[in-house]
Amino acid sequence: MKFTLTDEQSGFARSLDDLLSRADSVAANRAWAAGDHEPGLKLWSRLADLGVGGGGRGAPPPGKRTPGGGGRPPRAHLRGPGWVSGGGPPAPPPPTPVEIGIAFEAIGRHVVPGPWIESAAYLPLARTDVDLTESRTTVAMPYAVDADVADEVYALVDGELHTATAERRVTSIDPSRHLFTVTAGEPVAHGDLDAAYDLAVLATAAQLLGAGERVLADSVAYVKQRTQFGRAIGSYQAIKHQLADARIALDFARPLVFGAALELTPRSVSAAKLQAAEAANLAARVGLQVHGAIGYTEEYDLSRWLLRIRALQSAWGTASFHRERLLASLLADQSLSPSK
Amino acid sequence: MNLDFSPDELAFRDEARAWLAANVPAEPLPSMDTADGFAAHQQWERRLADERWSVVSWPEEFGGRGASLVEWVIFEEEYYRAGAPGRVSQNGIFLLAPIIFDHGTADQQQRWLPSMATGETIWAQAWSEPEAGSDLASLRSTATQVAGGWLLNGQKTWSSRAAYAHQGFGLFRSDPAAERHRGLTYFCFPLDADGVTVRPIAQLDGEAGFAELFFDDVFVPDADVLGDPGDGWRVAMSTAGNERGLSLRSPGRFCATADRLLDLYASVLEPVERTSSSAAVVDAWLRAEAYRLYTWGTVTQLAGGGDIGAAGSVNKVWWSELDVALHETALGLLGAEAEVASSWTDGYLFSLSGPIYAGTNEIQRNIVAERILGLPREVRG
Repeated sequence: MKFTLTDEQSGFARSLDDLLSRADSVAANRAWAAGDHEPGLKLWSRLADLGVGGGGRGAPPPGKRTPGGGGRPPRAHLRGPGWVSGGGPPAPPPPTPVEIGIAFEAIGRHVVPGPWIESAAYLPLARTDVDLTESRTTVAMPYAVDADVADEVYALVDGELHTATAERRVTSIDPSRHLFTVTAGEPVAHGDLDAAYDLAVLATAAQLLGAGERVLADSVAYVKQRTQFGRAIGSYQAIKHQLADARIALDFARPLVFGAALELTPRSVSAAKLQAAEAANLAARVGLQVHGAIGYTEEYDLSRWLLRIRALQSAWGTASFHRERLLASLLADQSLSPSK
Repeated sequence: MNLDFSPDELAFRDEARAWLAANVPAEPLPSMDTADGFAAHQQWERRLADERWSVVSWPEEFGGRGASLVEWVIFEEEYYRAGAPGRVSQNGIFLLAPIIFDHGTADQQQRWLPSMATGETIWAQAWSEPEAGSDLASLRSTATQVAGGWLLNGQKTWSSRAAYAHQGFGLFRSDPAAERHRGLTYFCFPLDADGVTVRPIAQLDGEAGFAELFFDDVFVPDADVLGDPGDGWRVAMSTAGNERGLSLRSPGRFCATADRLLDLYASVLEPVERTSSSAAVVDAWLRAEAYRLYTWGTVTQLAGGGDIGAAGSVNKVWWSELDVALHETALGLLGAEAEVASSWTDGYLFSLSGPIYAGTNEIQRNIVAERILGLPREVRG
């Protein structure tokens, strides 16, 4: 029983955070929203090189993942560069679910654009027969995110995976997510689509957690320096208690997200998504409120997270869907219980 | 990162589960805040103690098993899952005992701990005063030094279990010139000592779960001062840290309630109540699950030498509001029957005290904001 990140896992989180802090991910997000994909795609390859998956130069062929495989040996490449060059040390294995959680928390914290959930979480499990590691992929759920920059587009038809073609652009509340309707094509061989879905839900939950953490951190920094009536507004209890509630909600979302990474069951990922979405939404509402009107502007960067958080609330399963699924799983267990 | 138990931990769990299955009373005991119920709960404590299940985390010489923190959390989970009685000894074994282990003399440990472990001596806390609630450091009850000891005077209130308990513990101002956190001393005293008057106070459920204590020249010998005279605040804060933190509120009780909530949901046939409550049932369950997992993170940190610190306040807001939500949801499912007295109405009334005791949730949110988020301190009058 050791329910904290290992040193290697913390190191992975730090290296992602360092990379993204230096990379001006907000500018990449804004450019992406305006239709200029270049900075976002640069960021894409650098993240992929760190082992996030989805088309890095040295990314490995997808192997069989082992859900709950938190105990895998540390990834040597995280300790130093070099593995990406040809002929160097062997390519690393695909990320474990815990590493997916870490990576997507960073993606949320830095509001990174692009079809990451689809490329790094869903399709590597959904299509195990072909090597998608050199590809950026997306899948209609029900809209295909960023199909305009995807090498391959998929859709689900009656529980089967099909190729698909992007059709019509639909405007998302988050301008950095370019949504498309699709027309399904031919069916293709697929892996465990349920497991793929659950990993994508986990990635979404982790991204919400990271986005919520960022909004809270930026809001705390803001209320410390903003003064009204001669005092920092962060000294007023009305402000403090709202931010404390956001802190508490996020603190209890985190164990559900990483618990789900270890367990990777429909029940655990649904619980993670529900609490992460609720906590991130609370952080967003409180963050906006304590910023006041400046937080309501397009220009101020807080807006990027507010819109991302709202978009992810309903992506990869709405709250109603996940509540249904969680309740069904709890009741199924109950009917099996010997005491009933 | 893993959530796996060791073979020893699994064996401990199995042993606890088997003992509880064989020994937990089939019928719930009467309320511990009645004379009969108090005696019945004391008997239950004796039974636990006979098999060394009453204080598993204590050293063996004081009646425990030297269980690790992980094992303690496992025990608590099994305890509540088995539907075992509430702990009448709770204030002593969870709040006072850690202080006695840290600050007590060898003589005090020998005199107080064994009878606490068996439930023979039940302890009540004496913190709040009529004018000192959340602002505990403004307390006014006094201790005056006399030959061989001290004389206590003043009034304490909201003293849980004091109506039937045997001993009390709390802070008194021993240096009248000192202010607030300074000049306080931590005393232990018999509730039947000369000069102590206990006036039971009926709680929301009509039973005397707490009491007012009046002190009129109550003599306490030097041997019953816990820690150094004048150092009471520092000594007591380790209790407060425990009360607000992990040790009082293991996840077991809430997980067991969440499971019973699911049972109730499954048994409710009224489509209206089911439909309108299903979201609340899921949310209550997942908040209990979040608390369970969060606790394993805390246990990992503590086992690695960390301490809970201000995170205890994060914890307290969560479990106290969770407990209310679990019971409100259950009452919602019961429809028109919700009004009828049941274990759910009992639990509901008890849950309502959670956001108030052990530091109100307003105080906890201040602590979260100031010590965790680093926001400026409130201007204090």
